[in-house]
Amino acid sequence: MSALLSVTDAHVAYGKVEAVRSVSLEVGANEIVTIVGANGAGKTTLLSAIMGILPLKGRVTFAGQDLARLDIEDRVAMGLGLVPEHRELFVTMNVEDNLELGAFRIERSKAKASIERVYALFPRLKERRKQLAGTLSGGEQQMLAMGRALMGEPKLLMLDEPSLGLAPIIVADIFRIVTELRASGVSVLLVEQNAQAALKIADQAYVMELGEFVLNGKASDIAANERVAASYLGFQHEGESAI
Amino acid sequence: MNTTIMLFLVQDGITNGAIYALLGLALVLVFAVTRVILIPQGEFVTYGALTYASLAAGQMPGTAKLALALGIGAFAFDLFVARKALHGRLILRSLITNIVLPAIVLALTVYFAAQKPPVAVCIALSLVIVAMIGLYLYRIAFQPLAHTSVLVLLIASVGVHLALQGLGLLFFGAEGQRGPAVLSGAFTAGALRFTGQSLTVYGITIAFIVGLWLFFGLTLYGKALRATAVNRLGARLVGIRTTLSGQIAFLLASVIGALSGIMIVPITTLYYDSGFLIGLKGFVAAIIGGLVSYPLTAVAALVVGLVEAFSSFYASNYKEVIVFMLLIPVLLLRSLAAPAVEEEKD
Repeated sequence: MSALLSVTDAHVAYGKVEAVRSVSLEVGANEIVTIVGANGAGKTTLLSAIMGILPLKGRVTFAGQDLARLDIEDRVAMGLGLVPEHRELFVTMNVEDNLELGAFRIERSKAKASIERVYALFPRLKERRKQLAGTLSGGEQQMLAMGRALMGEPKLLMLDEPSLGLAPIIVADIFRIVTELRASGVSVLLVEQNAQAALKIADQAYVMELGEFVLNGKASDIAANERVAASYLGFQHEGESAI
Repeated sequence: MNTTIMLFLVQDGITNGAIYALLGLALVLVFAVTRVILIPQGEFVTYGALTYASLAAGQMPGTAKLALALGIGAFAFDLFVARKALHGRLILRSLITNIVLPAIVLALTVYFAAQKPPVAVCIALSLVIVAMIGLYLYRIAFQPLAHTSVLVLLIASVGVHLALQGLGLLFFGAEGQRGPAVLSGAFTAGALRFTGQSLTVYGITIAFIVGLWLFFGLTLYGKALRATAVNRLGARLVGIRTTLSGQIAFLLASVIGALSGIMIVPITTLYYDSGFLIGLKGFVAAIIGGLVSYPLTAVAALVVGLVEAFSSFYASNYKEVIVFMLLIPVLLLRSLAAPAVEEEKD
């Protein structure tokens, strides 16, 4: 079976500076794939380019279709979702409106059912449904950003640093929900600095350094790799109980 | 000054203020959604007013032809953008909205202009014509620049304003025109005399403000427009096209402008260039509202109307000067109260 998302020989540049060089990756159906790497490795840049926010040289196909000519909105309609690092919520609108807009491209009747599903995943959002998005805590904003993306019924959800700056207990919750998503048939492409937690739940993993993939394979193999352990997991061993 | 004069001035101020409020709201809306400071808002006012007055006088307004010409331009832009991947359905849709629609409206205008149509037909035709002009202008002048800075958009906006003003002179001549009252008759309540026209102004303004409030608060497209204003990238990530939001904003602004013009033209003689000054007063209100706050803009518009009414009584030569001087203390206070706002980066 062919992959859901397939990126072949992708280059992304800011002017003359190439932030991503010759990168290839695949995400299959019902799979969690993670890209781990240090700050500035080009992970966010790659996700933005796959979404169509930044121009990408190379080939990207999603569900068998070439994305080259499609803009962000078309990719959303095809079932590609991105929860960006800065979440990009509608801060002056309430939780419910944010979620409703997440289903902008979905039939109204379906959206009603989706919102209940999202509330079931994130009961906190239901409690706060009339609250303005800008007044939520960091963890709740992350939940709202994920919920909003799920309202669009994505086949593949790309998450950019979902755990950044959040309390460990909320991080654990978010990672649990990511695995639940896979169980419900949504593939996830997860970009994380918290490599240990990401590798624990992922099926496949890529290690990114200075704009290139230096290693890839099964997540469990990557986690066991000495070099990875030294560069990305080492400093976290002491705080293992955090997650 | 006695009470009668004061009440009269207040009434006059509120009537004008209501119009400025509508224009100010349109300016805030367009700026929030597209970052365009809509200088041509005033031309929508004159085009609406003079198209209405021409039709009512049994003359053929040139604006109907302009709409078709702009529509053809907009269609050409759509074709050019889609040249690499021509989708039959998209082209057909563009053909219908940009060419078939204005062609039908032009035919209707030619047909009705010859036989002095009833007021309702004149209003409907004027609104549709100006709405189409607004929509196509967005496609031609602003949509291709959507990603540029506020300054570039402002320059384009000034360009569109100058072009439309020149075309206005061509279409309507240098003579002023007046149109028939939408609602004739009058009644007196105590010292005050209410004309049907001023009641129309109040009624339509209130209806429009309530309508806009419901549109933004309850409908999906209204919320999508707000979402685009709050966070452009966020909106795109849920699949809201910024061009769609821009089109809706320009449609609303041009309809509001035209409607204001139709409400004013029975009260005041309007010339091809009168709209600019009227639009500018709506702009003063919008600036007082910081180009973001709708309620503040509406209140500020009423203040502008009242100040204008009273200064035209006390110092009519300086009427405009006094109104625009309102900006100075407001800008001063705003610059002291708020930290410098960096231009949004896209």
